[in-house]
Amino acid sequence: MIAMLVRRIIQAVLVMLVVAFISFSLFQFVGDPINNMVGQEATQQDRAELRERLGLNDPIPVQFMRFVGNAVQGEFGISYRMARPVSEVIAERLPATLELALVSGVLAITLGIVLGVYTALRRDGWFSHFIMSSSLIGVSLPTFLIGILLIYIFSVELQWLPSFGRGDTVPITDNWSTGLLTVSGWQSLILPAITLGLFQLTLLMRLVRAEMLEVLRTDYIKFARARGIRQRSINFHHALKNTLLPVITIAGLQLGSIIAFAIITETVFQWPGVGLLFINAIRFVDIPFMSAYLLLIALVFVVINLVVDLLYFVVDPRLRVTKSSSSR
Amino acid sequence: MSDVLLSVRDLVVEFPKRKTLLTALDGVSFDIHRGEILGVVGESGAGKSLTGAAIIGLLEQPGRIASGEIWLEDQRIDQLPYEKMRQLRGKRIAMIFQDPLTSLNPIFTIAEQLVETIRTHLPLNAKQARERAIQLLDEVGIPAAAKRVDDYPHQFSGGMRQRVVIALALAGEPELIIADEPTTALDVSVQAQIIDVLKRMCADHGAAVMLVTHDMGVIAEACDRVAVMYAGRVAEIGQVRQIVKQPQHPYTQGLMGSIPSLAHQRHRLIQIPGSMPRLDAIPTGCAFNPRCTSVGERCYKERPDLLVTNQGEVACWLFDQGGVA
Ligand SMILES: Nc1ncnc2c1ncn2[C@@H]1O[C@H](COP(=O)(O)OP(=O)(O)O)[C@@H](O)[C@H]1O
Ligand SMILES: [Mg+2]
Repeated sequence: MIAMLVRRIIQAVLVMLVVAFISFSLFQFVGDPINNMVGQEATQQDRAELRERLGLNDPIPVQFMRFVGNAVQGEFGISYRMARPVSEVIAERLPATLELALVSGVLAITLGIVLGVYTALRRDGWFSHFIMSSSLIGVSLPTFLIGILLIYIFSVELQWLPSFGRGDTVPITDNWSTGLLTVSGWQSLILPAITLGLFQLTLLMRLVRAEMLEVLRTDYIKFARARGIRQRSINFHHALKNTLLPVITIAGLQLGSIIAFAIITETVFQWPGVGLLFINAIRFVDIPFMSAYLLLIALVFVVINLVVDLLYFVVDPRLRVTKSSSSR
Repeated sequence: MSDVLLSVRDLVVEFPKRKTLLTALDGVSFDIHRGEILGVVGESGAGKSLTGAAIIGLLEQPGRIASGEIWLEDQRIDQLPYEKMRQLRGKRIAMIFQDPLTSLNPIFTIAEQLVETIRTHLPLNAKQARERAIQLLDEVGIPAAAKRVDDYPHQFSGGMRQRVVIALALAGEPELIIADEPTTALDVSVQAQIIDVLKRMCADHGAAVMLVTHDMGVIAEACDRVAVMYAGRVAEIGQVRQIVKQPQHPYTQGLMGSIPSLAHQRHRLIQIPGSMPRLDAIPTGCAFNPRCTSVGERCYKERPDLLVTNQGEVACWLFDQGGVA
């Protein structure tokens, strides 16, 4: 258990170092950032000064070491575009993204599981057929199109919900102001959250359904039926638990994808999160911001993976037990 | 043998397929008496498992009982509504499957599975049910049962798991256990032990057994009577002694032919020349006619029903006054 934990953490660190190297390389491959930062009228001396100040004259290994050292402390340098510390900008925008991701994640996972189980148990009901066919639309339509469609219906035509922004926010800590405590915050959140979560929801639902049908065909379910175990217990105790086991991994990865794919949704809805900043950063070749964002997303995935692995130890007895005293 | 516990009458099980209707069981009839062990033999695909599934009401879709009756004492059980049948399963009829490695739910402890089964059928509280669970495990020969009861299935070997399965099947004190090849998936070295455990447990708890097996040694040693199935029909049924010594149906004779001594060795069913017909190609008349050595004209035209002889029942025209001609 401890050995496994240590191994996993070492793996996680290695992954992060590789990603760090990639995001560091961005600096080397993309043209001279100074051009983007200074105006046309800047003198040669201004440029040299700025270059020196940003540490762009040092040897590459030194720059990489400094990059990693800084990154560990949450220092990603100064944004070329905004001329402010990247960490500061991200900290300011991160709550918006996390709140959006959290709400659509919860939406996708709960509805995905509930609908997946429902369609597995009522395989031939009309509602199941309806859900399964509409889920095909959910998987095949691109996110931005769903967003635009929702805006058209609920903001333009019906005028029920706002089409952009985050609504009113209230600060809960120094650097976290939330939209989850205001009515307009929730109103603004609904459409983006659906847009962002719909794909994951349908994917998860189809996965849960397939897995549940698989489990319902197993010998241990047959044997449970043969013992007269109640239908409800077979479905929601014996079968569901076994169904959700492999779903944990997927749900974890989906949470990661939701944060990563927030870029598109944030753009469509002008949601003031890090994803929106990232799009702007690309346009301006804001390398410090881009590399920080890359690292952040990688960190999210690595942490989620670690948590998922640990979760398996908690829920799957086959992994947990090592004493295995077997005898005939 | 005295009173009849289970009576299967002219059971027909069908599988509606896209184009055709497959008749997998075609007029199966037999009785099981209280406390007896009825062996069921026959080649793979003869319909042994389906018979068990039909009795306990767990035929898989689209399979269905098309006609016939199943009686448990004086109650007809083949048309019971789901909930009524569920209450009966485990409480009066239980079933054991082939593979103990997959029969137990991997994420619940043995205690959890036993206690739930016990409390589904018996009015015990959690503590009493747990005590009974430990006692059952002890009876089936799990060492240190009180400690092992909280282990998970994967912590037991195959043989031990099948013992747990037997304990689970007996948890509701059923009167009949359908054991579908309970040792086929096990190591040869533990097969005899498991049959012993099954036999002893059922004797102690007064349960009858329908024991499906390929092992003629098991039939000879453990069973009181034996039914021979062929192509979804019962070919012959009678006392084990009679059938082993003097098989009547040509098919049974073929099965027994290769067994010189049934005393201690295990024996597999021998291969009779030819193979059992597929469900969509069962010949008219006697289903065994293409492979039969004593075949006559009548066997191609008329289908023999079980005929009562002085040694049991056999579905063969040889034992009819009219003969096979
Ligand atoms: N779901 C099904 N669909 C069609 N045919 C089936 C199905 N299940 C079983 N059968 C057929 O029923 C016959 C009897 O099967 P079974 O009872 O499992 O035989 P066995 O005697 O080996 O246990 C076989 O010919 C098999 O092909
Ligand atoms: Mg079978």
